Amino acid sequence: MRAKQITVCPSCEVKTIQQGVQQATDFDTILVKKGVYKEFNILIDKPLLLLGENYPQIDGEDQGEIITITSDDVVVDGLFLVNVGTSYTRDHAAIRVIQSERFVIRNVVLERLFFGIYLEKARNGKVINNKIVGDAVEEFNSGNGIQLWYCKDIEVRGNIVERVRDGIYLEFSDRIEIRDNFSSNNVRYGLHFMFSNDDVYSNNTFKNNGAGVAVMFSKRIKMLDNTFAKNWGPTSYGLLLKEINDAEIRGNVFEENSTGIALEGSNRINYDANHFLNNGWAVKVRGACYSNKFTNNNFMYNSFDVSYDGNLNDNLFERNYWSDYTGYDLDDNGLGDVPYRPVKLFSYIVNRSPETIVLLRSLFMDIIDFSEKVSPVFTPDNLLDRQPLMQQVK
Amino acid sequence: MMLKILKYSFFDLMRSRWSYIYFLFYLALGFVLLFLNNDVSKAVITLMNVIIILVPLIGTIFGVMYYYNSKEFTELLLAQPVKRSSIFLGQYLGVSVSLGLCLVLGLGIPFALYGLFKSDAIWDFSLLLVTGAFLTFIFTALSFNIALSNENKIKGFGYAVLLWLFLAIIYDGLFLLSLIVFGDYPLDVFSLGATVFNPIDLSRTLILLKLDISALLGYTGAVFKTFFGTGLGLLVSLGMLILWTLLPIWRMVHKSKRKDF
Amino acid sequence: MIQINELHKKFGKNEVLGGVDLEIPQGGISAVLGPNGSGKTTLIKCILGMVIPNSGSIEACGQPTKKDWKYRQQINYLPQIANFPSNLKVAELISMIQDLRQKPSDADRLIALFELKPFLDKKLGALSGGTKQKVNIVLAFMFDSPLLMLDEPTTGLDPAALIQLKKLIRSEKEKGKTILITSHIMSFVEEVADEIVYLLEGNIHFKGSLEDLKSITLGTSLEEAITRLTTKEQLHDA
Repeated sequence: MRAKQITVCPSCEVKTIQQGVQQATDFDTILVKKGVYKEFNILIDKPLLLLGENYPQIDGEDQGEIITITSDDVVVDGLFLVNVGTSYTRDHAAIRVIQSERFVIRNVVLERLFFGIYLEKARNGKVINNKIVGDAVEEFNSGNGIQLWYCKDIEVRGNIVERVRDGIYLEFSDRIEIRDNFSSNNVRYGLHFMFSNDDVYSNNTFKNNGAGVAVMFSKRIKMLDNTFAKNWGPTSYGLLLKEINDAEIRGNVFEENSTGIALEGSNRINYDANHFLNNGWAVKVRGACYSNKFTNNNFMYNSFDVSYDGNLNDNLFERNYWSDYTGYDLDDNGLGDVPYRPVKLFSYIVNRSPETIVLLRSLFMDIIDFSEKVSPVFTPDNLLDRQPLMQQVK
Repeated sequence: MMLKILKYSFFDLMRSRWSYIYFLFYLALGFVLLFLNNDVSKAVITLMNVIIILVPLIGTIFGVMYYYNSKEFTELLLAQPVKRSSIFLGQYLGVSVSLGLCLVLGLGIPFALYGLFKSDAIWDFSLLLVTGAFLTFIFTALSFNIALSNENKIKGFGYAVLLWLFLAIIYDGLFLLSLIVFGDYPLDVFSLGATVFNPIDLSRTLILLKLDISALLGYTGAVFKTFFGTGLGLLVSLGMLILWTLLPIWRMVHKSKRKDF
Repeated sequence: MIQINELHKKFGKNEVLGGVDLEIPQGGISAVLGPNGSGKTTLIKCILGMVIPNSGSIEACGQPTKKDWKYRQQINYLPQIANFPSNLKVAELISMIQDLRQKPSDADRLIALFELKPFLDKKLGALSGGTKQKVNIVLAFMFDSPLLMLDEPTTGLDPAALIQLKKLIRSEKEKGKTILITSHIMSFVEEVADEIVYLLEGNIHFKGSLEDLKSITLGTSLEEAITRLTTKEQLHDA
């Protein structure tokens, strides 16, 4: 059986996409020519390739969902979807995939949306090179750009997500690969994990979001070579880790965030070869965190390198480069001979009385920080990098 | 007429050993920071510390010293047909302009040679120099005030050093203490106010706006947010620095008109 | 030339001038005499505007001196202790003052007169007291002003220079200038002064010509007359 192609255009025989889908048989191609199609609730219940030519516009006119996919093997490519209806009772999405496998959603542009691409109990699919531009201002009446709920083995790659609630949101979704995405100006998080395990995200950029990435109640997440930048605000982090175990955080750049990484109740995490540049706080440790290892990281020009409330709890800082380090290396082995104390007394004071932040870099603070360095009273005695690097990690 | 006196004071100072030392110190500092360290960001941070602390100290000491040392010159001028305000403004500007030039050229030359004009740090650096220049003008004016009010040289020196010590260190200590003691009250307006009333803190804030904006925005508080998050902080700080320069100059002129020589 | 009314000046609690009324007519040489601390220098500094009086008025060259400075263009002043910026050279100082006053000066003639040529390139700090005083005199006489005020002009001068100074003062007087001098050297005053103003504890105790002073006190010399004036006062007080 040979698949046939159905062409849809305003002046064609088939004038709506819905009509095209109805006429199609399995594995047909529906070619949508350039034009404006005012349609919503398009149900794709058979394996199809829905291909747009020069980005035809499908205008949902705020009526509800635009495309719903319930079949396996569906490919959506090259469409421009606008005006998804905002609802306080139902999560309308531009494209929803329900319990399907082997789907591909690519080169789709979404604007004026509520939820963007919503994957529900889907598997083995791909979401590639889409562009999602929302107009969210508040959390409560906005949706997420790409949402995965109870999904497995999905690839999310090369997408641009802006101005939605969470750029990419994962809930109960395992073995997801998130790569080369650019998530910025989102109201809440650039990327958000809840109860999801064994996921990897790499080479993404998270910029100027409410907070860059929040990883919560999840296990074995790999975070590699991402950039977290300019996430500014009192509750803003480059990366927030909450109740996370056994994660790996390597090769990331945290630049100009109010807080680079905030961790709470997170254990057995390796932080290796990350760059913390010009953050307010590079690392903020709150609550009980055990066995976190920081090695080979660059800590440069952060207002505060590390802040702690509580004990060291066998967390380890070793062989990192600290731009504030003033020690020497007499035996010339590349490691400073004097340990570095990454926690300043001032960071304790700021935790207690936040307004004191205006005294940052004052001579008085430097003096009391220095005296604390010489004989620690308030900061944990054993919180130190015994082998600080003399040269930056490349 | 004021310009003539400025000119004489300026050339007089430019020939003095201390100006050379001051100039060479900055020149050396600039070269060491840039060419031995090769890290512009670190250089800017170190420079900030130097500028915040050293510039006010040198401004105060130099100002007092110059005033007392040029007493004869002043008396000579007073008998000439010259307005009093011209004499003192001229001398004041002579001192502060030459100190300011030492700073700007001393640091500017190594940075220019390093190729800073093409780097992103140019704004941070220019801001540093601008605040440094402001601090020079402010503290020289303050020191002239002290010297005008104290005939006794030793006393004048003492007060000048005390003033520096107070504004550079003690003020911040008291400030911190009050923030901790009154920690239960909303303090963001107070803390911004207290910053504004000390020119050293004010300059520091101006530089913080560039270097540590990420940390400053980590504080919860609407007042802080508007102050640091918008152009307001920069505008207010610059405006206050100008006020801090003008007020002591005004008082200096006022005081000089009533003084007997 | 100078008109002073009810001039009061206190330094702290110490009253230096207690209501001085004084008129100095145009032309001629007046000498202000009095013991140390009697307020001579303060009086002169008040006229110059260097000391601000507590009350009273001063007119110099027909202009009130209060809150003004332009009248000083009419005044040449020789300060008592020649304190000069020590790292300046003599020539620089002279040209600086010329630059400030923007008036024709005959500095060269005076430099020759006081044989200062070899010192022009020396720093002021390196000069002896007498040489400094010569520089001081050059500065005070080099401009053509109607009023000259000389505070202890003879300090540190050698006899030759003293003769030159006296000549200079006389020639200025002949030009019709008003000259006000303070001095301790009675012989000097006797030689040059037309009018004597005697100041004691901030008040004028005598004003008149030399002859008047001598006839009142029956003293044969000025020195004697002054001594008698002082003792008479004391007798009077007792």
